[in-house]
Amino acid sequence: MTEVVVTGLGILSPAGRGVEEAWAGVLSGRTAAAPDPQLEEMGTPVTISCRVPEFDADAELGRGAKRRLDRFTHLALIAAREAIAQAGLAEDGEEAITEVDADRTGVLLGSGIGGAETWEDEYPRYLDKGPGRVSPMFVPKMLSNTAAGTIAIRTHARGPNMTVNTACAAGASALHLGRDLLRAGAADVVLAGGVEAGVTGLSVSAFAQMGALTKNPDAATASRPFDVGRDGFVIGEAAGVLVLETAEHAAARGATPLAVLAGAGASADAHHATAPPEDGGGAILALRRAVEDAGLPPERIGHHNAHGTSTPLNDAAEARALRAVFGDHTDDLVVSSTKGVTGHTLGAAGAIEAIFAIQALREGLVPPTANLVEQDPEIDLDVVTGAPREVSLEAVLSASMGFGGQNAALVFTPA
Amino acid sequence: MSQELLATFTEVLTEEFGVPAEDIAADATFEALGLDSLDVVELTLVLEEKTGVKLEDEELEDVRTVQDAMDKVAEKQA
Repeated sequence: MTEVVVTGLGILSPAGRGVEEAWAGVLSGRTAAAPDPQLEEMGTPVTISCRVPEFDADAELGRGAKRRLDRFTHLALIAAREAIAQAGLAEDGEEAITEVDADRTGVLLGSGIGGAETWEDEYPRYLDKGPGRVSPMFVPKMLSNTAAGTIAIRTHARGPNMTVNTACAAGASALHLGRDLLRAGAADVVLAGGVEAGVTGLSVSAFAQMGALTKNPDAATASRPFDVGRDGFVIGEAAGVLVLETAEHAAARGATPLAVLAGAGASADAHHATAPPEDGGGAILALRRAVEDAGLPPERIGHHNAHGTSTPLNDAAEARALRAVFGDHTDDLVVSSTKGVTGHTLGAAGAIEAIFAIQALREGLVPPTANLVEQDPEIDLDVVTGAPREVSLEAVLSASMGFGGQNAALVFTPA
Repeated sequence: MSQELLATFTEVLTEEFGVPAEDIAADATFEALGLDSLDVVELTLVLEEKTGVKLEDEELEDVRTVQDAMDKVAEKQA
């Protein structure tokens, strides 16, 4: 089977911008959740969020970026640039891919919502001013495949270009499918990852109305995966992009592999629109498939970057799923949810957490779960709290579960 | 009238589209100013608010320069 390696990482997340800063942010265990002035002004039922560090889209991405591109595309472009630079796909400071065959460079992104802000800005204009005033930019800004398409326009990557939606598992699903494009020989290099910029009035209100968001008004303690006092997630925005290529292709061009994307698994709960089955349901299948796909005995997996959203249902079901897959080895699995720091970045989560899992693997360091003070007695897992834990790791796992009951899991091993 | 219209176009192009004021001239093409066909449609929506005149899609077919667009607006205002 074709081995697929990771040769570049790019991230814009509430924990920080760039891999170094974001990883330091996650290791610090300091939550990025904060009162959100925009949400406060709109009067949404919940007004805390996890935003990425501020940036000026026009200054960074060229004149017209604010007007022509939705925020989710801005985030994706910034993350993609970093990944492309690290992988050496372009000349220094350039966006165009020239150092590998751009015609055989694909893009596979995941996004749950796409251009949420564009929808919300345009619909009132349609209602107030009439159909004749609807912006011709609406469709190209809003479509959820625009981020991937814009990356291609900017980088000249003309390989397969697709966007996958499995809601909160989309980032992980994109990595899975990106890897499979390489295995199928459809591309030499794939920029794969996830993006979400869904911290908008309508979206936050809707997640709050369904009871998914925490009602804890104290931002400092709101996102608390696996804690007995958890009562919902804090919504976040982010983008994570990884450069995937076949090991052979990376070796031939002298690129440094950072990790091997050794296994991927996907499944559906076939159960309920939003709730996971109590026993872990489809997540068990996704986790098991990822481990089997990696061809590893389960005992080799040393760390699990959990989906761990901080909702009562998810965290308990995920713990049961891990127990079902790993049996007694579950006790030796060092678990962390980085969502205590980043909040839940929806379609980006699987991608940024893959980056954190790779960092943990490379540095032998598992980040703490922020705000985990008293672990839920129903959650029988070894969850790292307080400070990072040094662990020698042979393989790491990351899982994502999306509304709709769609699950994805990834296994990374050292390069 | 022409000066007034040029001022309106200049205001819209600088404020809404971020075009540097020094680049704007009657004979400048929209392409040279960095506007594509979708931008030009967007421009007509803003101009409608400012001038009360809406240029329709078919009227835009032979519009290349700022002058072309100003002529169409002036024609419809008359």
